[in-house]
Amino acid sequence: MSDVVLSISHLTKRFDQQTILEDLSLDVREGEVVVIVGSSGCGKSTLLRCINALEEIQGGEIRLRGEPIRHNSKNLPEMRRKIGMVFQNYELFPHLTVLDNIMLSPVRAQKRSREETRTEALTLLDRVGLKEKAGSYPRQLSGGQKQRVAIVRALIMHPEILLFDEVTAALDPEMVREVLDVIVSLADQGKTMLIVTHEMSFARAVADRIILLEDRRILEENTPEQFFTSPKTEQAEKFLQSFEFKRKKES
Amino acid sequence: MDWGYIQNVLPLYGKAAWLTLRTGAAGILLAAIVGLLCAAASHWRVPVLRRITSAYVEISRNTPLLIQLFFIYYGLPKIGIRTRPEACGILGLAFLGGGYMAEAFRSGIEAVDRIQEESALSLGLTRLQTFLHVILPQAAAISAPAFMANVVFLMKETSVFSAVSLMDLMFTAKDQIGLYYRTAENLFLLVGAYLLILLPLSMLGSVWERRLRYAGFGT
Ligand SMILES: Nc1ncnc2c1ncn2[C@@H]1O[C@H](COP(=O)(O)OP(=O)(O)O)[C@@H](O)[C@H]1O
Ligand SMILES: [Mg+2]
Repeated sequence: MSDVVLSISHLTKRFDQQTILEDLSLDVREGEVVVIVGSSGCGKSTLLRCINALEEIQGGEIRLRGEPIRHNSKNLPEMRRKIGMVFQNYELFPHLTVLDNIMLSPVRAQKRSREETRTEALTLLDRVGLKEKAGSYPRQLSGGQKQRVAIVRALIMHPEILLFDEVTAALDPEMVREVLDVIVSLADQGKTMLIVTHEMSFARAVADRIILLEDRRILEENTPEQFFTSPKTEQAEKFLQSFEFKRKKES
Repeated sequence: MDWGYIQNVLPLYGKAAWLTLRTGAAGILLAAIVGLLCAAASHWRVPVLRRITSAYVEISRNTPLLIQLFFIYYGLPKIGIRTRPEACGILGLAFLGGGYMAEAFRSGIEAVDRIQEESALSLGLTRLQTFLHVILPQAAAISAPAFMANVVFLMKETSVFSAVSLMDLMFTAKDQIGLYYRTAENLFLLVGAYLLILLPLSMLGSVWERRLRYAGFGT
């Protein structure tokens, strides 16, 4: 069994009095793709945000390659560089070109040389079909293009793990595919990923493991095949049904 | 209107205008720095500094510049801090302007979405790097109109500098009127000089504002 990259143990997250996640444990191994599904508001985003300490946690521990991630620790920026995060609404920096968006953190935070970074940025952009957009501003791109740039911006940091939070939820349907294709190819390259999504056929294709988050905890953990064909829990069955349409037809 | 007289005093007004510009620019520059530091303190919620900052902003914006100048010029020497008139004017303007600039920058910073900051932090940038490279450039664009309005406002406020015997435009006009009773000529020169300084500033401000609007970062 390969190494554990991300280890979450007994995580508890509260907002004021409201408990969002309780005693949640989860390991992600090297090269593994774990997909998290669950109804809206069940705490999927919160879980991802806890992992790179955008949220304080009230209990438990999160470790990356054995090193704890703490909200108030001095080496937090360093830890975050090892965690790539892609947001639902891209969150590109509007005042910077595509290339500068991608180069900002490698150059400023990792102190890599401009030349080397630029070369890699252009290679990565080329791989997602956006090399000619290097000099454009985010406002000049479509949603799908912006999200691909955001993925490149995370990739160039060479993170240990990539976190995706409903990265196609804000896209027009015809742009969903181009973004998901990129993520599938990352899975093929053996990248370690934790993905929150509502795209069920994508989840089924890309996941090594599917996790249903509900009621502050992990309700079901399963292989994609089993999850979609014969889920273990009633809640999973109900959740899957919410994606189906039925009509009573008069004969 | 006695044009010969006007020609004679023109160099005096030139000198006075230069003084107004010089002290005004220095005061405004200091005010911008003070304002930026205050805005950063409130953005980062620096525990004690943040309280001091907001108290300062209220005091500076709710007392007249004339009184602030008197305080610096006549009050501070009583505790051993003496300032030359020009330094006094600059400090007074910086004190007043710092409060206004702080508010201009603060509202710009607050208008930048919090998730932009989170996006930068999640890339592993430090809080200072995030502030300098991500938040501030966006905030500056949003703050630009308020900033330029403050610049014009503070330039106008320099007209009370004469009260601490700075030989600025206002001082020169009053002096000349007192000496030679040439009221019309001197008022004409005074208004002309201020317009000459302020109109380009205002125009610069609106051009800048329009350019930023068209650059319209958007999403
Ligand atoms: N900053 C916050 N303060 C208070 N409650 C929050 C905050 N962020 C999220 N929540 C609450 O936490 C719950 C989980 O939110 P979220 O993680 O965004 O859900 P999901 O991503 O699964 O849709 C929701 O009930 C939401 O209202
Ligand atoms: Mg969410």
